[in-house]
Amino acid sequence: MIYYIAGGGLFLIGLYILLVNRNLIKMIIGLGFMETGVNIIIIAFGYVKGKTAPILSTKELINNRQVVDPLPQALVLTAIVIGVAVTALALSMVVSYYKKRGSLNLSKNKELKW
Amino acid sequence: MIDYILIPLVLVMFASAISVIFIKDLIVAVIVTAVVDLITVVLFFFLQAPDVAITQASIVVGLTTFIFVVAIMRTTRKEEE
Amino acid sequence: MRHIFALIVVGTLGLGLFYTLSHIPFGKGLSEVSKYYVENAIDKNDPHAGATNIVTDIVVLYRGFDTLGEVTVLFLAATGLSVFFFGLKKKEYTCEPSLIVKRGTGIIFPFILLLGVYIFVHGHLTPGGGFPGGVIIATGVLLIYLCCRDYKAPHSLFKVIEGSMGTLFVIVGLIGLIVGGSFLFNFLGAGKTGELVSAGIIPILYIVIGLKVGAELSGLVKDTMEDV
Repeated sequence: MIYYIAGGGLFLIGLYILLVNRNLIKMIIGLGFMETGVNIIIIAFGYVKGKTAPILSTKELINNRQVVDPLPQALVLTAIVIGVAVTALALSMVVSYYKKRGSLNLSKNKELKW
Repeated sequence: MIDYILIPLVLVMFASAISVIFIKDLIVAVIVTAVVDLITVVLFFFLQAPDVAITQASIVVGLTTFIFVVAIMRTTRKEEE
Repeated sequence: MRHIFALIVVGTLGLGLFYTLSHIPFGKGLSEVSKYYVENAIDKNDPHAGATNIVTDIVVLYRGFDTLGEVTVLFLAATGLSVFFFGLKKKEYTCEPSLIVKRGTGIIFPFILLLGVYIFVHGHLTPGGGFPGGVIIATGVLLIYLCCRDYKAPHSLFKVIEGSMGTLFVIVGLIGLIVGGSFLFNFLGAGKTGELVSAGIIPILYIVIGLKVGAELSGLVKDTMEDV
């Protein structure tokens, strides 16, 4: 239960950071928080109380199959690596934005407003 | 039982995540982000997912923090109003 | 004004999230497809069996094509980062690294490499795998850059390792296509569960992925720590 609260709370805090801040690097930090929160919730879906990790180490484990759900863990393993790729590409775009504008503040870019 | 041990840890995680809004120094904000991700490693471990925990510890805490620091080295460190 | 609007959005979404999550039970049994994975992980006659770590089994064999796409996405992200950072000067360092950093790096660097290699060689037995192992190797290269300011990493070596390992992944998959009729078919058989040389092509693929990710991210560290 505490895991659902942790994941959902982290997601909401990340969304709040994304909406309130106008600094580009802080907005990407908020995006990372949202992603981590979703990962915690997905892993918590597959958790089974009182069972061990999906690694068959001893004879009893092999016979009784007392393991948690391995499928969400495999999905999150992929999602973490893709998340790092997204963060890296977004940050490189931020750096090239700074080279053009000289500022990281999004409110100072008024060319798209009218 | 283990859930009650995790409650202060989750509270520390929420406090650090919220403090990112108020910190003006971007390097400090990135280090606080690394603290939040490090606590999620503990949560993944107690959720019986050691594979995900080791991946989160090396990739997110290590590599993402490095890329953030490199991007701040190329841009500016202080957040202006 | 912005804070009030953001609080309204976050509060609404939070209520929806709470309502949804309170209807999903916490800590219940396995799903049907996971039961299939767990049952077949120890079945001797199944060509997909053999790995002790069921997560590795799913990531490398059942979803191997997905992992190939994942490696490609990471490669594209590293290339894009190098392209965007080209020609940008970084800030000057204000102080030299201390004696402890310089001497400690020489002692600890071989062990970092050893840990990375251990993690991806034992990917089918213990937690870990190609991606964390590769990242640990790249952090070793980063440590050298932090202690020696005028160090130049061998860039062409990284490129050769990365390209040949990417090709090897596809070749292993194509051999499976010829022998067994499906891409990334486990043509080496299951072997004896729990030994280092077992589980067919899983160790081969994880060594390939680990070396590729390590070379790729070391190239990324080189591109970002040196001014071009």
